[in-house]
Amino acid sequence: MASVGIHDVRKSFGSVEVIHGVDISISDGEFVVLVGPSGCGKSTLLRMIAGLEQITGGEISIGERVVNLVPPKERDIAMVFQNYALYPHMTVQDNMAFSLKLAKAESAEIERRVKEAAEILGLGAYLERYPRQLSGGQRQRVAMGRAIVRDPQVFLFDEPLSNLDAKLRVQMRTEIKALHQRLTTTSVYVTHDQIEAMTMADRIVVMHDGIVEQIGSPLELYDHPANMFVAGFIGSPAMNFIEGRVARDAGETRIVSADGVRLPVPQTLQAADGHKVVYGVRPEHIELANGAGGVPAEVSVIEPTGAYTLAFVKMADAEVCAMFDERHAFRPGETISLAPRTDLVHVFDAETGRRL
Amino acid sequence: MAIDEEERLTRASARFWKWGRQNPKSEPEGASTDYLISMPRKVVTVYIPLLIFLFVLLFPFYWMTITTLKSNEELYDYENYSPFWVAKPTLDNIYKLFFETSYPLWLWNTMLVSVVATFLSLVCAVCAAYAIERLRFKGARLTGMAIFLAYLVPPSILFIPLALIVFNYGLFDTPFALILTYPTFLIPFCTWLLMGYFRSIPYELEECALIDGASRFQILVKILLPLSIPGLISAGIFAFTLSWNEFIYALTFISSSENKTVPVGVITELVEGDVYHWGSLMAGALMGSLPVAILYSFFVEHYVSSMTGAVKE
Ligand SMILES: Nc1ncnc2c1ncn2[C@@H]1O[C@H](COP(=O)(O)OP(=O)(O)O)[C@@H](O)[C@H]1O
Ligand SMILES: [Mg+2]
Repeated sequence: MASVGIHDVRKSFGSVEVIHGVDISISDGEFVVLVGPSGCGKSTLLRMIAGLEQITGGEISIGERVVNLVPPKERDIAMVFQNYALYPHMTVQDNMAFSLKLAKAESAEIERRVKEAAEILGLGAYLERYPRQLSGGQRQRVAMGRAIVRDPQVFLFDEPLSNLDAKLRVQMRTEIKALHQRLTTTSVYVTHDQIEAMTMADRIVVMHDGIVEQIGSPLELYDHPANMFVAGFIGSPAMNFIEGRVARDAGETRIVSADGVRLPVPQTLQAADGHKVVYGVRPEHIELANGAGGVPAEVSVIEPTGAYTLAFVKMADAEVCAMFDERHAFRPGETISLAPRTDLVHVFDAETGRRL
Repeated sequence: MAIDEEERLTRASARFWKWGRQNPKSEPEGASTDYLISMPRKVVTVYIPLLIFLFVLLFPFYWMTITTLKSNEELYDYENYSPFWVAKPTLDNIYKLFFETSYPLWLWNTMLVSVVATFLSLVCAVCAAYAIERLRFKGARLTGMAIFLAYLVPPSILFIPLALIVFNYGLFDTPFALILTYPTFLIPFCTWLLMGYFRSIPYELEECALIDGASRFQILVKILLPLSIPGLISAGIFAFTLSWNEFIYALTFISSSENKTVPVGVITELVEGDVYHWGSLMAGALMGSLPVAILYSFFVEHYVSSMTGAVKE
């Protein structure tokens, strides 16, 4: 096991720079998830850690050792690929034993380790099968097994669950998490799915267009997003954004939207009168107003899910989603009165997108 | 899909354990040919065309066989004998071929030259195709194109400069004259075929092997080649057939009878001026095509699959 240091790392393909200076330090035994929209450079960063891509600038270290020029096989890492990359002409057993055989381990040792990994992953009955004879979930497990037997310093995962169906994905998510708790090997996990990130990570790195937007624990990102991108990316359904200006009158601070609706904010907000801002509130932080003081909203669609109710409404000239724990039978077109929870709303600078 | 259903299909697919690329899950057998199911239709759409096709393909072999077995007297007399049947079979022609010409030697030469040239070409082509397809170096595409262009230069032009080279290296009239010149057209051909095949093998497999600790050479031998066996077989069969039937180089670079190959030997020694020894000629052609036919029949399955599919997963 080892820590991983990524220091001002850059990557260019030809003349196009796709990673613009990334700093992440991952401590020993941590499960870090790189998350971001497709094409933001997550895979490229992971492949640089693995040694499959050359590093254009900066430094990557595993443990104490700077690995910029170390070939993949000497980095002591294991990687699980999105399409599993199982060797089709080898049995499950041989797939798992391949790296050990190349390392010239003793055959008794190889057998012991493969058995052990197969047991952990519930693959004991499938050791003699070929990959094409396995279901998607089983293949996924074999790919994990291949990583486990090597007992590497670092596990790297590149969207390992995105080829599975939704149900299996949730199950494997838990299994991977449990596996990490058992093995406590430093892991770097790439995904575009923020729920995967939230549920699995010790720490999340949110990436966007080749830069790191924010690093933090799942709840830190949820409670204190650094900017609009992170706020919009983390959480489901996504945060609502309403454009407006800061209005201070009679000692009270409010955000006033373009059409004059007054939205409540914490009185501690540090912003000049008239400053252009974006008002952000999560659907789960909007409540029905009892009595006066609510914000009027016109219902367009109601989605009852059983567990909770989603209401899509038009409020302050914006499409807003609200989530209620109770069941409501609003009619489309009906006007209701909503109250954002003042202590949980966020205000972002309209220019920079930073949270104020 | 229900678990046991999937399990059942999985077991069914076990039959294609190694490189079968049939995928019973996505394409149940006969799914696309349902319209052919009824019998009268099947006769019209399948069996009759098949029969015609077979007839056209096999008739030359039939003709070779009966000509081989006919005596000269019968061969030239259509009045009294049917041209499509043998009245009095004789082995004279075969006897003449094997004992009065150097035919066994020609067969041996052809075999030797074809096998060695094919092997040599495959080794070179594997290395070339792998390098062009997988090692990211500048000009890989260009090299690929250049190799293809080399293949387009017709042997009927190339044999003149090649003759000079062969002669100056003192290889004239030795098997090496052919073993070393056949690769000039075999390597480009095999390289192109294998490039296409290698391209169909997912890159991740190699990257995974690289992380697992394999060297480039180990990746080639332990991952890529086992997965390319159908491709190798079809390249090998093609190369073998091309060498086996090659005529121009064999005619130009070989002069003595005991070094000739079958195609050249049969033509040059069984046609004397305007006298055609038809019976022995046909016997020579028949015997000469048998090894290739046998080779094809052994590998036909791999051969077809490599033409129609690629490695999945
Ligand atoms: N081999 C390559 N050559 C050129 N551009 C590449 C290559 N690999 C990735 N890119 C580019 O780098 C960017 C990041 O890609 P990637 O790391 O795969 O994104 P992600 O995994 O986050 O979806 C993309 O814009 C992609 O087009
Ligand atoms: Mg990716």
